[in-house]
Amino acid sequence: MTELEAGRARTLLPVRGGAMLLRYRDVMIALIAFAVLASLPLFTGSKALLDFVIRCSAYGLFATSLNLLVGYTGLTSFGHGMFFGLGAYSFGLIMQKLSVPIPVAFVATLAITAVIAAGIGAICVRLKEIYFAFVTLAFQMLIHSTILSWASFTGGDQGLRGGIPRPAFFGVDLANHVHLYIASCALLVLGLLAMRQIAQSPFGYTLRMIRDNAARASFLGIDVWRAKLTVFVLAALFASMGGMVMALFVSGAYPEFAYWTISGEGIFINMLGGVSTFLGPMVGTVLLLLLNDTVTRFTEYHGIVLGVVILFFALGLRKGLLDFVADWFSHRRDAGEGR
Amino acid sequence: MLEIRNLAKSFGGVKATNDVTLDFPDSTLTAVIGPNGAGKSTFFNLITGALKPDSGEVLLDGVDLAGRSPPEIVRRGIGRAFQVASIFKSLTVQETMLAAVSADQRSSAVLHKRFPLPETRDRAEHVMELLGLAGKRNRTAATLSHGDQKLLDIALALVLEPKVLLLDEPTAGMGPEERWRMIDKVRELWDTQKITVVFIEHDMDIVFKIAPKIVVLCYGRILATGAPDEIRNNSAVIEAYLGTEHAGAAA
Repeated sequence: MTELEAGRARTLLPVRGGAMLLRYRDVMIALIAFAVLASLPLFTGSKALLDFVIRCSAYGLFATSLNLLVGYTGLTSFGHGMFFGLGAYSFGLIMQKLSVPIPVAFVATLAITAVIAAGIGAICVRLKEIYFAFVTLAFQMLIHSTILSWASFTGGDQGLRGGIPRPAFFGVDLANHVHLYIASCALLVLGLLAMRQIAQSPFGYTLRMIRDNAARASFLGIDVWRAKLTVFVLAALFASMGGMVMALFVSGAYPEFAYWTISGEGIFINMLGGVSTFLGPMVGTVLLLLLNDTVTRFTEYHGIVLGVVILFFALGLRKGLLDFVADWFSHRRDAGEGR
Repeated sequence: MLEIRNLAKSFGGVKATNDVTLDFPDSTLTAVIGPNGAGKSTFFNLITGALKPDSGEVLLDGVDLAGRSPPEIVRRGIGRAFQVASIFKSLTVQETMLAAVSADQRSSAVLHKRFPLPETRDRAEHVMELLGLAGKRNRTAATLSHGDQKLLDIALALVLEPKVLLLDEPTAGMGPEERWRMIDKVRELWDTQKITVVFIEHDMDIVFKIAPKIVVLCYGRILATGAPDEIRNNSAVIEAYLGTEHAGAAA
């Protein structure tokens, strides 16, 4: 597996003088991953497989962005799903009502998300731990009930019906299944690359400092509130991107996209995959969607099965899958060096 | 020069810092001593912005910093280390230093470059060498020994190149030998870096041996200031330390 080998190479590489090299390495991994994903339709005609990857793109962007908050900054948001829903709805509404080109709607949605996230974040990031978690949850419920009650604009509990128009742009026709698939993969890879850059930038280390010891960070001259607000907005943008992929995929937007259970699934994915590595949430996404798809085929009590799985990870491993693998590698390395 | 003017802070009815006026001229080394609850840590918290003073001034080179936020005061040049080592447990020693220099160079919000920035290396390297942490650069902070964690905490303050360095009990929780090693280090830093150092210390042997100037706090007030010999022979200090309980309040 590329990710695993890459993770090991990172820990072995000396920190000194490796910064540029590491960036090129990430870009290379992204290009290879994209090439592999993009060539998939050449080898398989399975629509279900391509659909699976598109859903992984939507949820993967969302879950990885949540990890920027939970894993890197120590901000456990229970309402991150609101930006997933917001992305899906504003993109869908802009396309339905304004009939602008898709890239315009894409950028406009990101702008709307940024403004709303800045407003909500300005209130939330002052709060600590459980208070932060619950106020984000409250805002999620606020957005969800706004969608439900403003039926004339949002379609209420029916969602945005009638399909989202998908006019072709630059030769890309998102109404075509393969085009949509390639575009989703491209958004996923670009989004992950951008988030990876954030995590490995000086700002990313500022986030780690805040997570470990916010008081000490402020005694180093860091404006903790501003850094938290910045990451809150950045994470919202990527969650919104995930929501847009979802809206394009189902050609609509539904109140469930903005319900608190989406945030819950995001947390669940992060617990499954692990928050101590960058790709943990991506692994968690694939695991959760696989579980969902297979378990629902066999039993209607899939909630019980998922619950047992999460208990196994939380109580048994006490960490996510990729955390577990990364720990195992670092133990082996330490043993090898005789430390 | 750091000048404290009529600094006061009460918690409820307790005057934790009571009308304290002190001068710390540039490049001096001063020890702050006093019985438990004398208000030593509160005094540091007021200077560094962790607490807002009720009244009084904290003048650094003539600029009043009283009541400003910790980030602002740090940027003006007052750095501090903590009684319980305050570090970033999941970062390595080297990452900690590089990130701190980034914060000081105002590049801690940079998104488009990779960490660490090349211009942060020299300073980080210099301070790691200075405190003898260079050999442990790739150790995660949480795995360091207690003494090394205290050193890392001091390194964090020092790497910001402060004018004034406040050390809250640099030897807290250390064995006798480790204590002397740490305090020699502090003295060496003061000698070589030419900065103003103020440290809180409980061990009288250490204080009398290395501090050219000593401030004795008791019940939030200054009981005495002076050279070690003056302090040693000051009757009020002897009384306070020998335990007649209200000697400090009476003085």
